[in-house]
Amino acid sequence: MSEHHGVWVYSENADLMLELLAKATELASMLKTETAAFVIGHEVRAQAEHLMSFGADKVFVVDHTALKVFNSETYLSALTTLVKERKPEIILFGSTRKGKELAARLATRFAVGCVPDCTNLSLDEGGRLVSERVVYGGSASATHVFQVKPQIACVPLRTFERAKQTEKKAEIVDVSVGQFDVPRTETVEVKPLEAGGGKLEEAKVVVVGGRGVEKKEDFKILESLCYALGGQVGYTRPLVEDRKWFKGGWIGLSGIKIKPMLYIGCGVSGVIQHVAGIRDSQVIVAINKDEQAPIFEMADYIVVGDLYEIVPALEAALKKMLAQS
Amino acid sequence: MVRIIVCVKQALDVSQIKVDAASRRLITVDASRKISDFDKNALEEAVRLKEKLGGEVLTLTVGPEDAKTTVREALAMGADKAFVVSDPVFEGGDTLATSYVLGEAVKKLGGFDLILCGEASVDSFSAQVGPRLADRLGLPVVMYVKKLTLDGDTVTVERNLEDSYETIRVKMPVLLTVTKELNEPRIPSLMSIMKASKKEVVLWKAADLGIVAEKVGELGSAIRIVSVLAPRVERKKVVIKGETPVETAEKLARALIQDGVVKQVKV
Repeated sequence: MSEHHGVWVYSENADLMLELLAKATELASMLKTETAAFVIGHEVRAQAEHLMSFGADKVFVVDHTALKVFNSETYLSALTTLVKERKPEIILFGSTRKGKELAARLATRFAVGCVPDCTNLSLDEGGRLVSERVVYGGSASATHVFQVKPQIACVPLRTFERAKQTEKKAEIVDVSVGQFDVPRTETVEVKPLEAGGGKLEEAKVVVVGGRGVEKKEDFKILESLCYALGGQVGYTRPLVEDRKWFKGGWIGLSGIKIKPMLYIGCGVSGVIQHVAGIRDSQVIVAINKDEQAPIFEMADYIVVGDLYEIVPALEAALKKMLAQS
Repeated sequence: MVRIIVCVKQALDVSQIKVDAASRRLITVDASRKISDFDKNALEEAVRLKEKLGGEVLTLTVGPEDAKTTVREALAMGADKAFVVSDPVFEGGDTLATSYVLGEAVKKLGGFDLILCGEASVDSFSAQVGPRLADRLGLPVVMYVKKLTLDGDTVTVERNLEDSYETIRVKMPVLLTVTKELNEPRIPSLMSIMKASKKEVVLWKAADLGIVAEKVGELGSAIRIVSVLAPRVERKKVVIKGETPVETAEKLARALIQDGVVKQVKV
């Protein structure tokens, strides 16, 4: 028998926390162990109390002035102490840029495995954690099984359903961490980014522009369709990195992964890295002038045509048809 | 003067990977090996810093022995010397094992100011080795750097997180992982390729670094691969075609309404 027990979750993102908690509860019930959520920061009591009623058995609170500003080194010292003392079996982190750093470094300190960007998690017959993630730029999914504990996995936003509110209330456990590592990195400035904000991940409809969109202003054609459908506009990586039209927040393997009810790719060629970010969409529509565009290989509806003609016509057609009914 | 170590991975060119449709297994034998894309951004930055401040750029690779050829490109781009750590006992190693080998190699290379890594490798894209290596060496780390300025012994970097943009200051030595936005890697000239052929590629085996066999390869790994398979594609692939764009759009609109993915529109 292993001396490790308990399934823990941590993310600085509140939505992700609830999604992780749902999965943790499922894994913990199979393993007949308890779930614990973590709240780390300064004056975070309210957050902890909010989390109490989402199925966890415990909410660990590490509240300290040293944790006021996120710094991976101080946060890691808190996590390291807790893992050392309490020996969890599984730790799930949100697969955000901050979360992945914490997870990788924590795993190194305990000489254990860490799988980022998991698309699925399950248990094998021996109760070991089994993870799935996309590799080779989207060409494949790799399944791994953990060999040692704690087993650390990172899960992106919107991978799992959010935990529902329960009657059961978690016990809040205040934990004190003796000493925090003195951070060697100094965060000089933090500014919010215009892109993202979880809107794309939430959207039921996402209209995405790719290199086939000739000018940034032409995005208004996509925005117009999007407005009609109550969706969100997205874009591909080259529009950020090559054309510099946007600052970040592209859709794809290295960016935002979406699973809307409807994806409409306009002038998107569909390199595998992009496709990996849209694979779980319910219906995929691809509009592209190039009939060889790889995105057609994974589309439900293939339109070989000019987005400048098709997109406005589609908006008009939908308006006409749905106004009639 | 700066001494910079750039971690360079020999990766598969993922665009050349083929799939056996029946078994969903990948066919990688024909896919060429190359320096992982983001590692070139790390290398470019290192070379620019060296050109400005003087010093030395070393590349460090853990992988199969044929990486000795692949890293020639790094030398042509301006690195001074390449180190390849290769040993059959490393086979099947995960990021825990790989970062151990890299850590031992860095210790042997001696003092440095900066270690630069790509944000992730193009083939496995796990973004694990950089932060793991930093933690092993007890170094501070900043990941996803898209701008970097050096002033004395202080590095100021900018990076984007999902919802914010940060400016971070840190004293060297430090490990940074960098994104493609950082710079445009140079394409080496014929002259620099020729010059690079005279530069040294050093091959180290496990024994040269005093590496313990239990900590590398499958034995030293904390996760084991169960399978690597192409995803199932279950898409309708219906071609929508009308006489005119308007007719095409109408057909598409009808299909989307029928599928129930568009129920209402805002006018």
